[in-house]
Amino acid sequence: MLDDTDRRLLRHLLDDPTLGPADLAGRVGMTRASAARRLARLQDTGVIQGIRARIDWRQLGYSVEVSLRVSLDKTNPRAFESFIAAAREVPEITEIQTFLGRVDVRLHIIARDMGHYQDLYRTRVLTLPHIADIEALMHVATIKAGGRLPL
Amino acid sequence: MSLDLDSTDRQILRLLSHDATIAAGAIGREVGLSQPAAWRRIQRLEAAGVLAGRRVDLDLEAVGLGVTVFLGVKLATKGRVSLEDFERAVTAIPEIQTVEHVLGLYDYRLRVVARDLADFERVLRRRIMALPGVGDVEANVLLSEERRPGPIG
Repeated sequence: MLDDTDRRLLRHLLDDPTLGPADLAGRVGMTRASAARRLARLQDTGVIQGIRARIDWRQLGYSVEVSLRVSLDKTNPRAFESFIAAAREVPEITEIQTFLGRVDVRLHIIARDMGHYQDLYRTRVLTLPHIADIEALMHVATIKAGGRLPL
Repeated sequence: MSLDLDSTDRQILRLLSHDATIAAGAIGREVGLSQPAAWRRIQRLEAAGVLAGRRVDLDLEAVGLGVTVFLGVKLATKGRVSLEDFERAVTAIPEIQTVEHVLGLYDYRLRVVARDLADFERVLRRRIMALPGVGDVEANVLLSEERRPGPIG
């Protein structure tokens, strides 16, 4: 479905997501119109799902980041759905992932400080439905982020 | 030091975290500001580092990277030197998208992409298990992922 030109276009866009069709056209060596057409097609077919702003929560005073690894009580057939629906109601939860493995769901949660985190953990996390077990990994530092996809 | 946001700033952040390519004029219309006023607010959020660049979300399956795995890694030997060796080596592996140093059951969290499970097995055996100081490794295969707007509501 993707040809080499699409891949080249995507590589340049991933390297610098601020590039518009004109900049990309120059780098890939095509006309502005055909770059715009290819980009539109990649968006229409859902290959590019979105170009979104990244928010640095630290700059807004959220200095605590925790990865919560949750195992659910699978005896309840609706455990995943109701757990995820309830997690969506917690604004401080910024990512929800489901897995095949020892962990069922991972929540990425941010808090202003440890006091705030403790409060969130007790009043908003432990009250989520169907939790069988929960483990926390406290974020210390990001060593690598936004690694280039091997396209 | 953190920036104080009013409800218009939050609205702007919500719009841009959904689609970063919206022009200042369109944002202004959405939040009830003139184009220059919206542009000034976006500039202020960028200058304060709140708007920290852009992310392109791809359908990884469609670009031939059908498998994403999160790995929890525990180091077998610790000490400053082994952390540095591990971090240097792990950062150089192209299939590894993110590396986070964490506290808890594991020392590092890695996000790995691969073409398929066979390709992931190759990366795991040849690259990750060969990292200096690597001990216990736990793998969880990503089934679905959802990013939420965060506390800007």
